[in-house]
Amino acid sequence: MQVLKGHVWKVGQDVDTDLIIAARYLNQSDPTYLAKHCLEDIFPKLNEKIKKGDILVAGKNFGCGSSREHAPLAIKHAGFSCVVAENYARIFYRNAINIGLPVIVSPETVKMTAAGDRLEVDLIKGIIRNITTEQTYQSETLPPFMMEILEKGGLIPYVSEKVKADV
Amino acid sequence: MGMTITEKILAEHAGLKEVVAGQLINARLDLVFANDITGPLAIKEFKKIGVTSVFDQSKVLMIPDHFAPAKDIPSAQQCLEIKRFAAEQELVHYYEVGRCGIEHCFIPEQGLVVPGDVVIGADSHTCTYGALGAFSTGVGSTDLAVGMARGEIWFRVPESIKIILHGKPKNRWVSGKDYILAIIGKIGVDGAQYKTMEFAGEAIDDLSVAARLTMTNMAIEAGAKNGIIAPDEKTISYVKERAQKAWRIYQSDDDAVYERIVEIDVTDLQPQVAFPHLPSNTKPVSEATDVKIDQAVIGSCTNGRWEDLLEAAEIMKGHKVHPEVRAIVIPGTQDIYLRAVKEGLMETFIEAGAVVSTPTCGPCLGGYMGILAKGERAVSTTNRNFVGRMGHPQSEVYLSGPAVAAASAILGRIGTPEEVAQCKY
Repeated sequence: MQVLKGHVWKVGQDVDTDLIIAARYLNQSDPTYLAKHCLEDIFPKLNEKIKKGDILVAGKNFGCGSSREHAPLAIKHAGFSCVVAENYARIFYRNAINIGLPVIVSPETVKMTAAGDRLEVDLIKGIIRNITTEQTYQSETLPPFMMEILEKGGLIPYVSEKVKADV
Repeated sequence: MGMTITEKILAEHAGLKEVVAGQLINARLDLVFANDITGPLAIKEFKKIGVTSVFDQSKVLMIPDHFAPAKDIPSAQQCLEIKRFAAEQELVHYYEVGRCGIEHCFIPEQGLVVPGDVVIGADSHTCTYGALGAFSTGVGSTDLAVGMARGEIWFRVPESIKIILHGKPKNRWVSGKDYILAIIGKIGVDGAQYKTMEFAGEAIDDLSVAARLTMTNMAIEAGAKNGIIAPDEKTISYVKERAQKAWRIYQSDDDAVYERIVEIDVTDLQPQVAFPHLPSNTKPVSEATDVKIDQAVIGSCTNGRWEDLLEAAEIMKGHKVHPEVRAIVIPGTQDIYLRAVKEGLMETFIEAGAVVSTPTCGPCLGGYMGILAKGERAVSTTNRNFVGRMGHPQSEVYLSGPAVAAASAILGRIGTPEEVAQCKY
């Protein structure tokens, strides 16, 4: 999971959690069901068009609004390998790390990347390469404990190891 | 070095003498709760951790309010999941429909949160309780699962922004909702991203506890981690009547460090309206009076309290809801509902031609009980006006306080109580 590759889907700024997954679908929490409706008011039938590993590129304040973890779950299970944004709303950011969805901060990438470009993201080094335009960007790397959570596959596997260690 | 209220509460709960903004800490939790939307996911994750019971049965709470009373079969399943979990875990605080209400109205009303607490809830509007001088913040279901299991969670101590409101508003209808909309309009939907919004000043001192809860409720709409108001006599008398546990009052030190200070004079502030599709698109009501509406909603965790209903009833009394408008009134809790029955507010609403619903989040997040069709517009005392928030992606929500929402219901367009007074119907 450390080097991710995919085509870019691009959205604007302040994309809220209602746009990521509308509340009309929150009467269920099955990730496959949520994935079918991911971002559907922006990209109708996204789930039929997306290729596994594609990358979501977004403007500032991505994921603002509700605390619904259904939002990063829908993105992850729709097939996106990661999100690259100018910055994130805090609950979304924390939820994404907790469920094992890499979220990268790189305003430069967002500015210089177009929909359909092919990106390669090295999570450990924080290097993002736009294969289409042959440009390379350095993003902020995650703090070590967040990287460890991602490597374990999310907060639950990370915490359950600690619980076992306590016993 | 001096500390803010938020820093003091977090330091105490982390077992530290002091903390500074940016520091990573583990804080002890006084209350951990979820609802019918976020609870089922949290329970699923909780069961994977490897513990058999929650850290403290009296500090974990489940409440069905979003799509409850259940709007459809899948929602009924979700409500059942939290009910079963509460029974299995023998939680002290599980509340069935009919004995609760909207979580952020109900929890403070029942004294389940007190000044000095650290609270996490799997709902973004958990920041509401800062009005009582508690640190409270919204989290996702996985963080909540870990909180239920461990009774603590990691936080990055947030930088604080002090927002000082000066003056007394000349317009008698201007209140907490107008203040918070004006603030979000000024600083933007990410103006306090990851930070604390600490509200202070003469105009805050003059607000009721209900109106303060409205303000901290919407701190999340500026991206804040929490909103907070120093407790005063009003806070203490509110808490004294209902607290189910001991509380602790914190005040910010005079030399506490703030990242930024925002000052607003509210003397000439008009009632505010946030236009679609962001809470920061605020304008004074005088610039919104040509907006025709199909629906007016008065309720939610933002404005479903007694004072809000009282204000709406005062404006609607003796008038009729505009023939082309649906007016929907939703008391925040059963206690508020009962008081509204006893004190005649229900009669006023029903005689005016409004419907009154059982307490529920319902239409605020496009669940049920007032969903908008394509092209329809609502004025609403709720907290978000995102695309599709109350229904069809091509519907529109205009956010306001209860006075403007009630007046608009009568006028058929966004307007003011002064205009209703001139109205013959």
